[in-house]
Amino acid sequence: MTAATLPLPADWRDFLALTKPRVMTLVVFTGLCGMLVAPVSIDPVLGFTAILCIALGAGAAGALNQWYEADLDGKMKRTQGRPLPAGRMERGSALHFGVGLGAFSVILMGLANNLVAAAILAVSILFYVLVYTVWLKRRTPQNIVIGGAAGAFPPLIGWAAATGDVATLPILLFTLVFLWTPPHFWALALFMKTDYAAAGVPMLPVVAGERSTRTQIGLYTIPMAIAAIAPWALGLTGALYGWVAIITTAVFAAMVVQVATRSTQPGDTMRPEKRLFAYSILYLFIIFGALVVDRWI
Amino acid sequence: MQDPTPNHDELIRARQRSRATVMALILGAFVILVFAISIAKIKAGMPH
Repeated sequence: MTAATLPLPADWRDFLALTKPRVMTLVVFTGLCGMLVAPVSIDPVLGFTAILCIALGAGAAGALNQWYEADLDGKMKRTQGRPLPAGRMERGSALHFGVGLGAFSVILMGLANNLVAAAILAVSILFYVLVYTVWLKRRTPQNIVIGGAAGAFPPLIGWAAATGDVATLPILLFTLVFLWTPPHFWALALFMKTDYAAAGVPMLPVVAGERSTRTQIGLYTIPMAIAAIAPWALGLTGALYGWVAIITTAVFAAMVVQVATRSTQPGDTMRPEKRLFAYSILYLFIIFGALVVDRWI
Repeated sequence: MQDPTPNHDELIRARQRSRATVMALILGAFVILVFAISIAKIKAGMPH
């Protein structure tokens, strides 16, 4: 076979796009915060390596998710420009890239940091790919509730990379991200409902309707708020974190009340839902940032 | 399968070159990282 008859190889930028760099930002940030609030200091090089491994692991999970969901992505406006549905990459390349990157990240974490962090990283990748992507996503409207655990692992991994074990604080941070995921994703699902319906993904607004989704957003926010304030209430952080958590969670709750008590009107721009979705991302950045500042002042 | 035209051939070569360049940079960075990890481990008095 001559070079002229070969299919066009994927561009390196397409491999980068497979890793979902925007999603990775929050994962890296929460992992870094988990490491920085640990009671022991870590060598900067080993700390950098741990964060790199978390980023690579998240990238691998994203690549394998896109490999498995290429057909779904092609049906949704939001995702049809991705490398696989757009035809810029062969599926086999995405699979090899994802498996290779995932294995590399876990092995490097094990060699440079410790086996506990490597094991949690491996579990988080497998959980996202096998439990969320393959098993739950197309089968149940509770997909993102259980699957949300995958995105909650990074603070636990960051902490474990520094200390070699897990403790109450990182478990609370895991719980916070886990309980934050349903309001965050369902706010998105409310204004992307038609996209999910077209792709046949059983997201809650598609299967149970908007009313039920809005109620569920409200219900999940209650334990999320408790998890956010718990580190301070249990004496694991100082007053600075406590106040930031109370204020930012109160704002979050106010936005949730607005979303939970309204219903979609004809020609609705879904502004409260979009605002809640955007604020929920900022909320997690602020609360984890406050945790680090509180620990270091 | 793409069109076997001279332009297509050039495009394949350009893609291969850019991918090889990125791969070389990543491998170079990895070598430096392994060296830095080794120094950090030695400083900490740990095995590996």
